[in-house]
Amino acid sequence: MPITYTSQEQVEVYRFSIPAAVLISLTAVFLQAFIPLRFHFFSIFDLPLLAVIFFAVTRRSQVAGLLTGAAIGLLQDSLTHQPIGLYGIAKTAVGFGASSLGVKLDVENAGSRFLVTLVFYVMHEVIYFAVARGMVGLTLLWSWPHELGSAFANAILAVFLFALLDKFKQRT
Amino acid sequence: MKFAGNGRQATNDVSMENLISRYRNVTILVAVLFAQVLGLAVQVKRTTEQESTRLIRIWAVDAVTPLERGIVWCQSSAGNLWHGYLYLRGVRQENRDLKAEIQQLRLQQVRLSEDAGQARRIQALLGFKEQFISQTVAAQVIGSSGSEQSRSVYIDKGAKDGIKPDMAVITADGVVGKVLRVFGPTSQVLLIDDQTSGVGAILEQSRLQGILRGTAGGQVMLEKVMSDEAVQPGEKVLTSGGDQIFPKGLPVGTVSKVSPGSQLFLKIAVKPSADLGKLEEVLVITQQELRESEPAEPGRARAADILAQRLPSVPDQPAPGTSPAASAESKPAQNQGAVASNASGAAKPASIPPAATKNITGTPKTAATQIARPEEAQKPESTAGAANSSGVGPASPAAANKPQPANPRSADAPPAEDKPQ
Repeated sequence: MPITYTSQEQVEVYRFSIPAAVLISLTAVFLQAFIPLRFHFFSIFDLPLLAVIFFAVTRRSQVAGLLTGAAIGLLQDSLTHQPIGLYGIAKTAVGFGASSLGVKLDVENAGSRFLVTLVFYVMHEVIYFAVARGMVGLTLLWSWPHELGSAFANAILAVFLFALLDKFKQRT
Repeated sequence: MKFAGNGRQATNDVSMENLISRYRNVTILVAVLFAQVLGLAVQVKRTTEQESTRLIRIWAVDAVTPLERGIVWCQSSAGNLWHGYLYLRGVRQENRDLKAEIQQLRLQQVRLSEDAGQARRIQALLGFKEQFISQTVAAQVIGSSGSEQSRSVYIDKGAKDGIKPDMAVITADGVVGKVLRVFGPTSQVLLIDDQTSGVGAILEQSRLQGILRGTAGGQVMLEKVMSDEAVQPGEKVLTSGGDQIFPKGLPVGTVSKVSPGSQLFLKIAVKPSADLGKLEEVLVITQQELRESEPAEPGRARAADILAQRLPSVPDQPAPGTSPAASAESKPAQNQGAVASNASGAAKPASIPPAATKNITGTPKTAATQIARPEEAQKPESTAGAANSSGVGPASPAAANKPQPANPRSADAPPAEDKPQ
């Protein structure tokens, strides 16, 4: 029995049907590419990242979390003109970390979801920044106010989005 | 001993299995990360990066863009239905305003085409070669890259529509970017505010050339302009044509801020003319021609030339023994017509003093108030090779058959003067 800070009920593992998992991931990437064209401010959100975090903390499986992160990240990379792998690496690490944390913490309530998203958004940006700058040689600007503001906005959106996505969960 | 050795080996195997099973997840994580890092390194190392990942990109684009295309189609159809058939409030007034604007623009066009014609003639004399946009394809923007670090958009035209990499993409307002990758029904366009883009640019007034680049923050900067040059905010930036992608003279933006940069160059921020954050429809320049400028077509008649022919008292040849100056003083009306004819390349350049030419060409309304002669207007051959500088624009050959003056400025002339003499 794993040592957790949650009740037995809260560590219950959920799963998703394959069509639901694929559709949610594709929809997240699609909306991320489509909405900023009409509403430019939307580009501060990272819907694919929120999908990765949601699947990871809900499934509570590290392998499933990292593979989901890698798949969604590589799909997101494919739509950019940058080399493929930047988002892939960052989201793989986030998927692994979020699923590891999901085993230990109660991630069913709004407060914990807010904090988890806040932390993993910053972690995602740090990894992306490091890889893009260190390996690809991109010139990126790091601004703490911008990153924290984006993290805060994503965390608020995650609270509502996760509540919506909870409807697709299936008990194992 | 043998049994003891086998037992030790079995123990080692078990402990290894335990180790692997214990760190199985971490091992998979490391393997997946390593594979991606390796792939990234290969892409960075290879110059033909596009080819190595082309298949993955095609799959991703094929998975996402059909939905985008469908939504954009529904959106534009609904918009057309609403604005074209349902919401027609104020359309009449708008129509009237637009007609008035067309009239104003026609007058403006006449003046501009005169300048353009003159420039073409000079370029033809110099053997100057110019880029012409000869074919464009209209496309709709259906999606973006979805990343702040990659400023690119997708359009609904691709290889099937004749789009190729490195084609220029523009809007009516100005330059947008260039085609980066082409897929079957879609293409990826790199915007000018991306940090990997570059556009050859020239400042409209000072004629200083530089390179337009995007920054990581999404700004557009004009680089390689020496710090001892004077550049003012508000000056327009045009394409220079030096990059062999964008034709020369397209609007790019306006200088918004000038500050001393590092080393020897100025730091010039440019506000793009096209709203890159709200792109909906764009034009892809699919064909450009590099050809020598040609003067106006010989068969075409200019309004001023036709008008000049109608003037009643233009002598075909100056009277023998008559000095041109005296003739000009005694018969101003004749000279007006003669100058117009001369300017049209008809003949007799020596018979008209330059001062008279300037005076008359500077006041085309005077010429326009002359009484027209329609029977002379039937002679288009005398207007061949028109090289007019009277400030009047080109007219179609059909205009030569009409008795009224084709010069738009002659609209000020009283209607009675249009009567044939």
